[in-house]
Order: sequence, then C-alpha cells, then structure tokens
Amino acid sequence: MPGAEVEATESSVAEATASTIVESGALDDAATQMLARLEAELGDAIVEHGATYGDVVVRVRPDAWRRTATFCKEELGCDYLSFVSAIDWMPTPAIVDEGSGDTSTPAQPKETTYGVAGSGGRFQVFAIVASTRGAHQRVVLKTDLDDAQPHIESWVPVYPGADWHERETWEMFGIVFDGHPALRHLYLPFEFEGHPLRKDYPLLAREVKPWPGLVDVEPMPGEDSDDTDAAAVEAS
Amino acid sequence: MTTGTELPPPNLPGGVGQLPEVHLDPQMLRQLAEAQVNVELDTGDMILNLGPQHPATHGTLRLVVRLDGERVIAADPVIGYMHRGYEKLTEYRTYPQITTLINRIDWLSSFANEVPFIAGAEMLMGIEAPPRAQYIRTILTELSRIATFLLFLGEMGLQVGAITPAFYGFRDREYVLNLIEAVTGGRFHPNFNRIGGLKDDLPWGWNSDTRTTMRKVLESCDEFENLVVGNPIFEQRTRSIGIIPADLGAAYGVSGSNIRASGVDWDLRRDGNPHLPYNEIEWKVWTHPDGDSFARYWVRLQETRESARMVLQLIDQMPSGPIMSKVPRIIKVPEGEVWVNTENPLGEMGYYIVSKGATGPFRVKIRSASFSNVSILPWMLRGVYVPDIITILASLYFILGDIDR
Repeated sequence: MPGAEVEATESSVAEATASTIVESGALDDAATQMLARLEAELGDAIVEHGATYGDVVVRVRPDAWRRTATFCKEELGCDYLSFVSAIDWMPTPAIVDEGSGDTSTPAQPKETTYGVAGSGGRFQVFAIVASTRGAHQRVVLKTDLDDAQPHIESWVPVYPGADWHERETWEMFGIVFDGHPALRHLYLPFEFEGHPLRKDYPLLAREVKPWPGLVDVEPMPGEDSDDTDAAAVEAS
Repeated sequence: MTTGTELPPPNLPGGVGQLPEVHLDPQMLRQLAEAQVNVELDTGDMILNLGPQHPATHGTLRLVVRLDGERVIAADPVIGYMHRGYEKLTEYRTYPQITTLINRIDWLSSFANEVPFIAGAEMLMGIEAPPRAQYIRTILTELSRIATFLLFLGEMGLQVGAITPAFYGFRDREYVLNLIEAVTGGRFHPNFNRIGGLKDDLPWGWNSDTRTTMRKVLESCDEFENLVVGNPIFEQRTRSIGIIPADLGAAYGVSGSNIRASGVDWDLRRDGNPHLPYNEIEWKVWTHPDGDSFARYWVRLQETRESARMVLQLIDQMPSGPIMSKVPRIIKVPEGEVWVNTENPLGEMGYYIVSKGATGPFRVKIRSASFSNVSILPWMLRGVYVPDIITILASLYFILGDIDR
C-alpha cells in the first residue's frame, strides 16, 4: 500500500493535476512581444520564424548572425548564453538492412525534412540565449550555412562563453567560426580527423561489432520455422 | 647559524661592496642581500601542469597554468579525457535506452539528469505524467540535489585544509543515497524515469524514513554552518577569492548556485517551464551579493536546507493515484523540436531534442551545466595565487562527466 501514509484530500489532487502541457505552436504575450521587437530590428534579415512549446524560434540570414546576438544581448536583455551548437539535417544513413529484423538502431526517415523555422541547407547553427532578469525570456536562434564550406561569424565578441561551444561545434561538425580567437580541439585528440557529429560519420562501434543485445536473442515460441525441439517433441 | 664577519660583498645598488655607512648586523645584512637578489632575479614564467588527476577536479580535468612566481598569468583547462560522445550515441538509440546514457552525464545527481529528457519526450508525445509521479520525481530530484550538495559542503572544507567536514559530508550523503537506493534500486544510476511516469511507486515506510533523514540533514546543515562558515581560516581562504561578476558570469553561461552566489535571482525551478510541481510548495530562492567562493559555499548551504524543507512539504502534500499514464507499447515520438531545461544541482541542464517521428531522436543537444561553469576558468584564474586555484575549482563545483559528456 504505497500511498497509505499520505492523507491526500480530493482538492489537493485536483490542484496537482493542473495541466503543464504547453501547446506546440502557441506563444504567450511576452514571447509574442519579443518576436515583434526582433522583427522590427532585424527586418528582412529574419528568414522565417516559428514556435515550439512556448519558445520563439527565429531563423536569421547568416550575415546577420552576430548582429542578432548583439541585439539580443544589448536590447532584449538576453544576457545569458545557454549554448551554441549545430544540426546536420542530412538523413541518417541506415546501418542495418531493412527487413533483417535488426531493431538495434532506430530507423530514421530517408527524406530530408527540416525542423521548426526550416533550413536552407544541410548545416544549421543554432543557439539559445536567455535572460537572467525580468521575465526570464529566451529565444532559439538559427542560421543556415554553406554546405560545402560551412562558416559563420563567431559570437565570442558578444558572448565570451561562446568560445568553448564554438570550439566544440567546429570539431564535431567542421563549421568554421570566423573571428574566433583560437579554434582548437576541445574534446578530441589533436590529430583527430573527421567530424563525428556529421551524419555521414559512422558510429564505428556499431560498424565493427553487431549490437550486443542482438546476439543472444532467443526466438519466441512458435516464431521460428525450423524449431527442431518442437519437431522432436511432436515425433515422440 | 652565524657566519662571522667575512661576508662576500653584497650586491647593493651603488656598486658592489659600497656599503651604506651604517652599522648593520652581518646576519641581517645577508638577509637583506638575499631579499634584494630575489627581487632582481628575473624569474621566468613557469608552466605548471595541474591534473589530470587531482581530488579537486572530480574526474580528470587538467589545468595548464602559466605562473609568475606564485601568481597565475594564464590558465588553460584541458578537457576531453572523459568524452564519451553521448550526443552521437543518442542518435543510435531509442528513447527508453537513452535514459541509461544520460544517467552518466552528471553521476552525482543522475536522477536530476533524467527528468528534463523524459519531460521533453513527454511534451513531444503529448503525454503527461500523473501527479503522483511528478511529486515523486520532484522529491527524488531534490534528494539528489541534497546528496550532491552535502558532498560539496564537506569537500569544500577539505580543499581548504579542513578534513573534518569531509567526513560529515560523506556520512550524511550516505543517508540520502540510501533513500534513493530504496526507491530506485540504484545509488548512482537510478534509471527510474519512464516516458509517462515512473518505474515503481515508493516502498513501504519510505516516507517516515525520509522525514527522519531530512531532519538529520537540517541538523547537519547547522553543523556545517558552525564548523565551516564560522571558521576564520575558511573565511580567509574563500572571502573575495574567485569573484564572478554577475553580467560576465551570465555571458559565459554560468548557471545554478554559481550565478545565484553573484546576486542573480534566477532559478529555473521557479522561472523555467513548469515540468515539476515546484509552484505548489513554499520555498525561497537564495542569493548572495558577493560572488566569491564563500558566497558559493553559503548559497549551496542554504539551498541544501531549502531542499530538505521542500522534500518534507512534498511528502506531506503528495497525492495518491497511479504513477504511469497510458503510453503506447512502442514509443514513437512525433516530429518536432523541444527545448527543455531544468535546474540541476550544478546549474542549467537542458536537452534540445529534434525528433523525426522515429523510435529514436534525430539529434539531441545536451546542454550540461559544468561545461559552461568551467569555461569561465581562464578568466577567473588570471592573477590568483596557486593555492587559490584549488579553492576556486572546489567552489565552482563541477563534475567531469558533466563537462565532457
């Protein structure tokens, strides 16, 4: 009887069930206001905007990337840098054959689709800035990059904390941040080649060895056609 | 040890052997000469390699420090010794499998790591955990916060030379870990959250045990206050050491207790998205205006108390009911993006989940607190003395798994 010690009245239960689910596309007043200010300042530098679970997502032109950061920090009061990272929108290459019954890796869709606020190409840099004061608003910023030679302005002059995040993004995705003080390896060894978080970089552990959970899977009763044990039982 | 009168001519300004016309004790003269040499000697920069194995680093953080005498000119943290590539691994796993991975990001408060990820998946799926499950999640998150902070409260004393608080910290943390183990079966890696609720309900008699332990925690906080905070040596070692200015800290992404110790009144439990029922209990966000190592200790001490009080309230108010809501047997998360961040013991922990409608995520950006908290180190360590490096490292309080992911 786990809940026996708790004297929960009906009213407290009813209060606790107040919904915390936020509608996917909805924005509250503060977020709408912030979006309006961003649109007023950046104008046609905003390619597209969207919303995801109460967060504003703004996709800006690459040449306005640093200007957006400066505006967010100086005018919108987003003094806090949560992170800078990137997404590779290339579809995940399938590493298991279809129909082989290998469910070790989730099968991702084969066609290229872009997320909230879209994307102009394969690589996209995205960042989240927030405010530690006032209404504690936050905004998701995205920008598109060139597929062949992805590069973008660095945010280090605006947010010094972008330093390590950009170094990480550089080594993981091969995205160059122009104006970064020292793009050096952060996590990986200095002689490391390749960009591990790109979708075309294979997860080598899975390439050289099958998923260990797959090896000792016994067939379910009646599932396997050449079930010799069952045949033997029937014969006797 | 007197040397008599046959001293070599001291190297004083005004020429070798030109002694000033005052009578000086030979011993004193030699000391004076040596002092002079020390000042004039060109001490080149020295590179000191701190780590990768040092008790203050909770793992393998290496600091390459350039020293001028006892002063740090520049410090460069070298990380990545424990990089396990979790962001890549999440792309090859299903949602329920990922909780096992993210348990190991910040291993001192594993339960608190799970909650934002599970909450993100639930938001994308449009599922809501039942109220009782949310209460238990909140309690266990706060318990992991207490366990993490008790270790800090003890260990910070150890780093400035007091060994007693470490024993108290480890002892009391053990009581809290026992509680977590009683519920989840794991002391460090509970893996207890499920999409839509929790694996199990609380065991029989757990609530009264927790009440007793929380009273113990409150008592031990008083003990720490007397033993450490009031200690003049501790104050001398920590006051005005390693100051983080509020605006610079925010621009570096410093979060959690570290930024609250710089006077920023910002706590995601209160100001973030309401994933957990924190608004249904009475509690307070603690801040300290100073921003130094002492302030960080003080804030964490108050937050440990506050968490214990929160747990007591949550147990009293806990609703009855189911702990799992209806969830499809095969978990497929609809297409979408969600950013969920919560107040982890170490700061802001967040997951940006991009789903394409499969059984696993397309991309997960893991925003861990320690990574940003430590990225301010090159700025903070400039100009401090060598022993203060350890104080600053200890007071920032990071876990290497949380930096390296």
